[in-house]
Amino acid sequence: MSVETKPLLSRVADSLYWMARYMERAENVARLLEVNLHLQLDLPLDGNQWQPVIDTCGEAPAFRKKYGEATQESVIAFLAQDRDYANSITSCLFAARENARSVRETISSEMWEHVNGVYLKTLQQYAKPPEELSPEVFRDLRLNGHMFQGITDATMSHNEPWHFVRLGRQMERADKTSRLLDVKYFMLLPRDAGVGTPYDDLLWSAVLKSVSGFEMYRQSRGKVSPREVVSFLVLDPDFPRSIRHSIARAVDSLDVIRGGVESQSARQLGELRRELDEMDVDQMILSGLHEFLDNLQLRLNAVGAGLQRDFFALRTQMQSQTQAVGGD
Amino acid sequence: MLFDTYQNDSFHDEMFQADGSVRPEAKLLLETLQSLQDGHLQRSQRAADRMLLQMGITFNVYGEAAGTERIFPFDLIPRIVPANEWDRIERGLKQRIRALNAFIDDIYHGQRILKDKVIPAEVIRSAASYRPQIHGINPPGGVWCHITGTDLIRHGDGEIYVLEDNLRVPSGVSYVLENRDLMKRTFPEVFEGLRVRPVDDYPGNLLDTLESLAPAHCEDTPLVVLLTPGMYNSAYFEHSFLAQKMGIPLVQGSDLIVEDGIVWMQTTKGPRRVDVIYRRIDDDFLDPAVFRADSLLGVRGIVDAYRQGNVTLANAPGNGVADDKVIYSYVPDMIRYYEGGDAIIPNVETYLCWRDADRQHVLANLDKLVVKAANEAGGYGMLVGPHSTKEQQDDFAQRIVDNPRNYIAQPTLALSRVPTLIGDRLEGRHVDLRPYVLYGKNGIQVLPGGLTRVALRKGSLVVNSSQGGGSKDTWVLAAEVGA
Repeated sequence: MSVETKPLLSRVADSLYWMARYMERAENVARLLEVNLHLQLDLPLDGNQWQPVIDTCGEAPAFRKKYGEATQESVIAFLAQDRDYANSITSCLFAARENARSVRETISSEMWEHVNGVYLKTLQQYAKPPEELSPEVFRDLRLNGHMFQGITDATMSHNEPWHFVRLGRQMERADKTSRLLDVKYFMLLPRDAGVGTPYDDLLWSAVLKSVSGFEMYRQSRGKVSPREVVSFLVLDPDFPRSIRHSIARAVDSLDVIRGGVESQSARQLGELRRELDEMDVDQMILSGLHEFLDNLQLRLNAVGAGLQRDFFALRTQMQSQTQAVGGD
Repeated sequence: MLFDTYQNDSFHDEMFQADGSVRPEAKLLLETLQSLQDGHLQRSQRAADRMLLQMGITFNVYGEAAGTERIFPFDLIPRIVPANEWDRIERGLKQRIRALNAFIDDIYHGQRILKDKVIPAEVIRSAASYRPQIHGINPPGGVWCHITGTDLIRHGDGEIYVLEDNLRVPSGVSYVLENRDLMKRTFPEVFEGLRVRPVDDYPGNLLDTLESLAPAHCEDTPLVVLLTPGMYNSAYFEHSFLAQKMGIPLVQGSDLIVEDGIVWMQTTKGPRRVDVIYRRIDDDFLDPAVFRADSLLGVRGIVDAYRQGNVTLANAPGNGVADDKVIYSYVPDMIRYYEGGDAIIPNVETYLCWRDADRQHVLANLDKLVVKAANEAGGYGMLVGPHSTKEQQDDFAQRIVDNPRNYIAQPTLALSRVPTLIGDRLEGRHVDLRPYVLYGKNGIQVLPGGLTRVALRKGSLVVNSSQGGGSKDTWVLAAEVGA
């Protein structure tokens, strides 16, 4: 490196990482809701497609306790508006904004103003009863998520702080894509084992659309089939929301961040990347996709805990610390 | 339209003379305002309000739920200061800061000024903000007052006076910069034809000032950080703003650690040595080992590191002694003592309640005077006589009798006014002016402009943001070529 990078506070790195995760998380919830609202229009009357949305988020018990049956209104109230639920859109945007606010001096003004603006606007939009929230407001949030990424990449130097932002974004994305696939595959596969109906095609297309992947899928894979959708979402090297791509970019960022210093989190994430590079889709499905995805999520969580230990935690033992980095 | 019903009401108006004619320096501005279409000013004002919210230029209000933010109201009509008047203000501020800096250094060393009986020693000993722990410390370059925000007012006689010195952690400069930015974005036409002196080099000058006073051990560029009490402090916006504009880390107490008299910050690559700290935490909370032991905001051991000369603290701890309102009344004497000559900008006449004659006068005239606690700021602990009830006056009378050292009184000042957009028209509102002064190794610099605070409530004289105040852009005009 030609220019010495400025030191980055552990607390700031932590907030950058979580700002990005919460923005990505809010966007992912909005994607799910938007696609599901569209899907409703195409499905037969008896098809309740709202419970699977709750399942995707892994929040079925908490939801049932407070809202009971999964309907369009109750799911939107929970996932979009509920401030008591930590991963609702409004809660995520609040958390993203609080994190951004605590690192305003590090991010660009454009980024801060965008996060702040999206939060204020969304709060206003979502202050209606859930049945009045149109797919448009979720589309808005998806576009705002894209814009946040664009602003981040265009206005912030691609140095250590930026790599923490990208690391957060990619970790969250890999986790969300795996959850989405896990639930949908479980839901759809039994029926798909028989004769493929037009609705199965519709549902798998919806999965692809919820990750903005339908068109790119068509270009590289053609016909919609469960095997190919799984292969695309898990192993595609080029699609920006595939698990393999997300993890590869996360590894790239982590490599820049650690700058040659060994760290457990980087080792764990690197292993995951190598396994995905060599994975065979049929083998993965045969030995149980659910088990594979479950294990993947556990390992991502372990990496998250490792990041905490390696970079974010305040280290009070100065002596050992000074030795560990070889003095200053 | 806007000015149809405008009245000076016998106050000094910064835009109009007593006979109602416009002041020469405001002539062009007035013409521009009068040429605006109906509703234009109001639309620009609303656009500015929206922008403030979008930009998150807010302050936190104490006593309300955590995270409660308000915008600091901004009024589009600027306050104009002509070049010759600014020249005098600038000279007066430099003179005053030099004297105050010499005074603080003296108080924490030989106390010459007390021995020469210019100021009674008892006044220093009894000052709540006097810090005996600081004795004998030699800050780099002999500078104590790195950043000052002096409050000036213009009285009914047209003269500018110093109201307060603010040598501890003065805030508000971010609003000076943002107000100018906002003016240019929402109301660019008013700048036409005027030579308004720019303010945006302030963060660069501030960083130069801080770097210039780094400890002796620094050979390369020193590591400068800004220490904030955190996100829920009322001035957090300013802390992050200044750190961002200077490109330096914004740290909290929990990010710093002192070992063997050296200050380190916790980074992703391990500890890094910190050289200069622009601290925005009051003395009381700075170091639990030296000041308030219950402080969770500060850094244990930081004053010791400072005493050893391993880190620079700006502003220097202990400055508050010169902010005491009783000691304020001696600043003209300090100027004569350290600088020679009279103060260029006078003090407001001040009665000291510990003097028997002064106290009798104050107690007999509570309905006419402004009474202030010697060690309070932000418009707290204050009685504005003409706007007070008999009960409030009785309450203050008792407080004065109980603790005369802690109270001073001043005449109720007829603060000058500036036209301000109230609803659909312009009305006069009272203002003060807080210029910002930087003291570095290479001397003193005054930011051309400052924060004009305006009391938005009709008739109110209290301009503090916590008490319904707003702000205005302050235009210092460049001198005419050849003038």
